[in-house]
Amino acid sequence: MTFLPVLLWSDVLIWLLVFAAAVLGALSARNPPLRSAWRRVGRSRPGMVAATVLAAFVLVGLLDSLHYRPRLESREGDQQAVYAIEVLSVLDAVATPLRTRNEKTYSSPLATRAYAKEAIEVRAADGSLRQTRDFPRLKYGGRHLENEARRDADIARQVLVAELLATLVFAGLAVGCAALWARRNGCSVHQAGRALWRGETDFAWRAVLATLGVLLLLLLPVAALCVDYHVFGTDKVGQDVFYQILKSVRTALVIGLVTTLVMLPLAVLLGILAGYFRGWVDDLIQYLYTTLSSIPGVLLIAAAVLMMQVIIDTHPQWFATAAERADLRLLALCCILGVTSWTGLCRLLRGETLKLRELEYIQAAQAFGVADLRIILRHILPNLMHIVVIALVMDFSSLVLAEAVLSYVGIGVDPTMISFGTMINNARMELAREPLVWWSLAAAFVFMFALVLAANLLADAVRDAFDPRLAGSS
Amino acid sequence: MLAYILRRLLYAIPILIGVNLITFALFFVVNTPDDMARMQLGVKRVTPEAIEKWKAERGYDKPLFINAGAPGVGVLTDTVLFTKSARMFVGDFGRAEDGRDIAREITSRMGPSLAIALPTFILGLFVTVSLALLLAFFRASPLDFWGVVLCVAMMSISGLFYIIGGQYLISKLWRLVPISGYSGELDAWKFLILPVLIGVISGIGSSVRWYRTIFLEEIGKDYVRTARAKGLSEVIVMFRHVLRNAMIPILTGVVVVIPLLFMGSLLTESFFGIPGLGSYTIDAISAQDFAVVRAMVFIGSVLYIVGLILTDISYTFVDPRIRFE
Repeated sequence: MTFLPVLLWSDVLIWLLVFAAAVLGALSARNPPLRSAWRRVGRSRPGMVAATVLAAFVLVGLLDSLHYRPRLESREGDQQAVYAIEVLSVLDAVATPLRTRNEKTYSSPLATRAYAKEAIEVRAADGSLRQTRDFPRLKYGGRHLENEARRDADIARQVLVAELLATLVFAGLAVGCAALWARRNGCSVHQAGRALWRGETDFAWRAVLATLGVLLLLLLPVAALCVDYHVFGTDKVGQDVFYQILKSVRTALVIGLVTTLVMLPLAVLLGILAGYFRGWVDDLIQYLYTTLSSIPGVLLIAAAVLMMQVIIDTHPQWFATAAERADLRLLALCCILGVTSWTGLCRLLRGETLKLRELEYIQAAQAFGVADLRIILRHILPNLMHIVVIALVMDFSSLVLAEAVLSYVGIGVDPTMISFGTMINNARMELAREPLVWWSLAAAFVFMFALVLAANLLADAVRDAFDPRLAGSS
Repeated sequence: MLAYILRRLLYAIPILIGVNLITFALFFVVNTPDDMARMQLGVKRVTPEAIEKWKAERGYDKPLFINAGAPGVGVLTDTVLFTKSARMFVGDFGRAEDGRDIAREITSRMGPSLAIALPTFILGLFVTVSLALLLAFFRASPLDFWGVVLCVAMMSISGLFYIIGGQYLISKLWRLVPISGYSGELDAWKFLILPVLIGVISGIGSSVRWYRTIFLEEIGKDYVRTARAKGLSEVIVMFRHVLRNAMIPILTGVVVVIPLLFMGSLLTESFFGIPGLGSYTIDAISAQDFAVVRAMVFIGSVLYIVGLILTDISYTFVDPRIRFE
């Protein structure tokens, strides 16, 4: 084997989430109200645009969740395979040029020379070496260029080729999509193409295709250029900013998704118990969530994270590698965020359960002597699903934003873990530099904005589709 | 009314005791004082004597719950639970790592925090309610549509970018106001204007959208149709009927945060170097000053519970149907 698979805890949870989503999808397909709600989401154009963008982010995140340790070059006769201490992911392997080609320090996007002047040796016309202060050539950025003046032409050529390729891929996708649609509806490909173009399909295919087209047109040139240049520049230690952005995506997704995995069982279980059994169970659970929610969120998180740091620092023997420690810290942060944020959903579910248990069909079930557990599982839980789904998608964006703030305050992810929060935190003093270093912040801003905006738009579409109050009015 | 408030206050006591126990558990049971000492002194080179000294200096050397060796009531009072946690109810928060009295520090830092938070709150409420009313008035028009789009875009931007961008544009590029700092004198306004402005703008997205939904929900109700049917103009309907009735849900969200204004904002205060409670908390977090964080958690909860009680009382002013039962 040339590599040793490594299963980090957060990987386990991420793949568990993928599995849970698949199960949820299968369950929704069998439940008519949920199925029609998801159909409504599929009809929403902004929702499907957002879902396509999110899918791109999720793809990056999933690629970054398959970890391994590469095998080291071993000498002849070594029986035992030796693996590197460094834990890499599939994404790291794909983005090897981005990961390994580090400059000395800052360089601006697409630059061929460093950002600050240095004392360098220049060969003069007569062949003698001379010391001057100038911007040195970058080690990797634009190294393939014989003549730096040809940089713009080279970039233009690469972008053009990439755009042509993007157009071809897009055309292929569009034709494939039309053919698929034509097959399912039993019409000609030409008719299907026209229906797609006019947006007459039930599922918002046109929105998905248009988004894919825009994504291809934007990302393929970036992918083409990032081999030879630093598309978004490099940061203080010379690391490529685009690579950091790619790595941040996984952290954001883990925070936004795994937290719900912690929060959901607590909120659903306690909410239903309180609403269904009432009496002292209700009093106890209400007391619990009133007490927890009366501590301001940031402070409770701060206190809990400080305590977690003490545990981590006093037990260094628990962690084999730095990646493992950072990973467990990320998970602990998710747990803390989950424990501090289940109260709102719990309150909603309790109220809804109180309403449901008074309805005739549940009264009837009770009169027939159906066991409580069965009533809860068969009759109450399915009728709460819409609230759960809405809460999940609504929480995602706020959790991603919270991660940035918490990392700034110093109670977020491990400082060695790349995330939007640590990127912003490292870059915030750069605007005070002369000349200005803006690319790190700008890149973090653009990608974080795209992620959160897509999440917000999808949340809106899901809420509109699932909320029965809104469904009646529109 | 008085009986109602009293009952609400009594109801708050078990919650505060719960908060107190949670903080105690977090700070003393999850990690023992020995762990904290080891952490503060450095894990590698630490002697049992140094740990004992560290604990004795801070009063952590007592038993956690029951001190069997102490005379009389000392069995219960001469413990960490009583001296460090229960004493917070009477405003005794102990000393910070630098030896200063936390309670005095907090009272002196409330002023700067309020100087930022109060104008931000009032101006923000005014601006967001007006904008939401405007969008609701022109509902289903292009103005409304693009307004909502703008709101969603604005709420997708992290608060950090508002502050970083605002500081860069206004203070560094245009040099209109100082980039950070604070003054207790009359010229404090030039330090306050930028944080207040940024605070208001960063809150616009989510608040306007939320208030707009509330207004639209009210507009769909029967009494609004009646008001229109008797020939009232749309402006009068909006201001006299819709705005007043929409105040109830708006108040729920707003009154709760008023007492919390004392706590200040973590981000704003640390970026603008304002010596308020927010920056105090941040400094305590980065210096791992557990006593201060514990005190802030407790005060924050007290203020939140006060906010809840104020919310209940304020309901009775805006909605006479609600009785104190």
